[in-house]
Amino acid sequence: MIWFIIRRLLLVIPTLIGVAVAVFFLIRVMPGDVVVVKLRADGANVSDETIQLERQRLGLDKPLYVQFADYMVGLARLDLGKSLWTGESVNKEIALRMPVSFQIALMASFIAVLIAIPLGTISALYRDTWIDHVVRVVAVSGLAIPSFWLGMLMILGLLLLFNWLPKIGYVSFWEDPVANLSVTIWPALSVGYRYAAVATRMMRSALLEVMREDYIRTARAKGVWTRLIMRRHALRNALLPVVTVIGLEFAFLIGGLVVTEQVFSINGIGKLFVDATTRGDFNLLQGLVLFIATIFIFVNLLVDLLYAWLDPRIRLS
Amino acid sequence: MATVATTPSVDTLPKRANPLWQFIKSQPLGMVGFLIILLYVVFAVAAAEISPFDPESIDFGAMLSGPSHEHLFGTDQYGRDVFSRIVYGSRTALAVGIISAVAGCTIGALIGAAAGYFGGRIDNLIQRVVDIMLSFPIIVLAMVVVAVLGKRTLLGIDMNLIAAITLPIIPRMERVARASTLSLVAMPFIDAARAAGYSHSRIILRHITPNIVAPYLIMVSASMAQAILLEASLSFLGLGVTEPTPAWGLMLSGTSADFYQTAPWMILFPGLAITLAVFAFNLFGDSLRDWLDPKLKS
Repeated sequence: MIWFIIRRLLLVIPTLIGVAVAVFFLIRVMPGDVVVVKLRADGANVSDETIQLERQRLGLDKPLYVQFADYMVGLARLDLGKSLWTGESVNKEIALRMPVSFQIALMASFIAVLIAIPLGTISALYRDTWIDHVVRVVAVSGLAIPSFWLGMLMILGLLLLFNWLPKIGYVSFWEDPVANLSVTIWPALSVGYRYAAVATRMMRSALLEVMREDYIRTARAKGVWTRLIMRRHALRNALLPVVTVIGLEFAFLIGGLVVTEQVFSINGIGKLFVDATTRGDFNLLQGLVLFIATIFIFVNLLVDLLYAWLDPRIRLS
Repeated sequence: MATVATTPSVDTLPKRANPLWQFIKSQPLGMVGFLIILLYVVFAVAAAEISPFDPESIDFGAMLSGPSHEHLFGTDQYGRDVFSRIVYGSRTALAVGIISAVAGCTIGALIGAAAGYFGGRIDNLIQRVVDIMLSFPIIVLAMVVVAVLGKRTLLGIDMNLIAAITLPIIPRMERVARASTLSLVAMPFIDAARAAGYSHSRIILRHITPNIVAPYLIMVSASMAQAILLEASLSFLGLGVTEPTPAWGLMLSGTSADFYQTAPWMILFPGLAITLAVFAFNLFGDSLRDWLDPKLKS
C-alpha cells in the first residue's frame, strides 16, 4: 500500500506542472489591458506615463519568458503573485475566501453521501416498484435542475413561507454555529442535490450489478439472511464505483459553487473567481484556476487511494 | 391473417421491426425526452410565429405584471413578455448547445480515434494533455476561455462563448472514442485494411469512425444537456449571452433577484425552461445509450 501511495503521489507531480504551464499560457493570451481598465475605469484622465509606471510596478512590461520564469519560481515557493486589481497577494485573497467555500463544499458532500447511499440502496432493493420510480425521478431531476436556480427557488420559498431571508455575511462556525449554519446550509443543499442525485444513480446501478454476481447467488443458496448478504457482500462491492463518482463529481461541486455563491451573495472562492474573470485580473485568475485544479487533482488522488484501500486487486496489480 | 396462414414458412422467420418503432416501444421515457426536444426545436425555428410579443420590446405600462391571458408567463421589470423571451431563448440555447456539442464531440472523437489507432508516443502525449484538461472543472475552463477571448459575435451568436463551451467537451469525448477505438483496432477487419495498404486517414475515417457512431451519438446528446446548462450558468454570471438577447440564464441574472416577492414568475419560468431542456436531453441520451449499447441493457 505504501508503494502504491508513493507511486500515485509521484504521478501527480507532472500533472501539476502541466496544469501550471497550461494555465499560464492559456491566460497570457488574453487581449485587453487590465491596467488601462483599472486606471481609466470611470473615464478618468490618466496619462500614458502613469499607466506605463503601473505596468512596470506589476511586472507586466517584462518579456513573456521572464514573466513565466518568475511565475514558476514563485510557484516553487508556493507564491501565486499579486492581484492586479487590489495589489494584495493572491495567496492572501484565496486564504480569506477559502473557509466559507470549503465549509459549503464539505457540507454538500456530506449531504450527498448521507442521502445517496441509503436512497440508492432502497431503490435497488425495491427495483421497479413505486419507491424505485420516485427515487429515480428525484435523481434525474437533480441532474437537470441548475444549482443556482434551485438556490433561487429556496430563497423564494423561504420568503413566501416564512418571510425570511438567509443573512448575508459569513460568521465562523466556531464563533456562532447557528448563524454560520443559517447562512451556509442553503448553498450546501443547492449544490448537494446534484451531487446526491449522481451518487444515488450510481449506487443503484452498482448495487443491481453486484446483486447479479455469482457470489451473491451462492450466499443466497446457503441461506444467508438478506440483510447479512447486503452488509457483508453487496454494499461493500457496490461502494467502489460510488466512491469514484463522488471524486469525479467534485469538479461539478466546485462549478456549482462558483455560480451558487452569487445567488446567496457569499463571498467565497466562487465569487472571487467571477470577479477575477470580469475584471481581467489574470494574476488572480491564474492563481485561482491553479488552486482549484490542484484541489481537484488531490481529491482524485484521495479517491484513488480510497479505491485501492477498498479493493485489494488495484493496489496489488 | 389469411396470407400468413397460407405461407407458414414465412411466419417462422423473425420479422425485422422498424427501428424507430422499436425505440419508441422499448424506450418510452426516451421518447418523452425526444418529444420535449422537438417542442423546443419548434420554439426555436418558429419563434417569431409562436411568441405573442417582440422579446426585446420594452413596455413600461405592463411592468412586472403577473401571468395573465395576455402575458402567459407575466412580464419582467421592463415590461417584456417572459413567455416570448423564453421562446426566443430556446433559439439561443439550442444554437449554442448544438454547435458546441457537435463541434466538441466531433473534434474529440477524431482525436480519440487517432490516439487509439496510432497508440505509442502520440497516444501518450494526447492522454497527458487530456489529463490536464480534465483536471479543470468544466465551468472553470469555460470561464477562463471567456476571460481570455472576450466577445466575438457572428450572426448574432457569440463565437467565443461557443468555443468556451466546446473546449471542455473535447477531452471527455476523446476518452470515450479512444476506449472504443482500442477494442476496434484489435479486430481482424482493421488488420485486413492495413494489409490492403490503406492509408492511416482512410482507416480512421472509413473503418473506425463508423464503428464509434453509437458512443458519439450518446455523447452528443449528453453534451447538449451539459452545454445548455453551462450556457445558462455563464449567462447567469454575466459572462455569456448579454442583454438584450433573450437567454434563459440571463433572465435569471442581475436585478431579477430584486423581484423575488413582487414577480416570482420572472424566476420560476426561465429556470423551468432550462431544467426541462436539460432533463429532456439527459433522458434521450440515456435511452439512446440503453438502446444502442446492448451491453448496458438491463
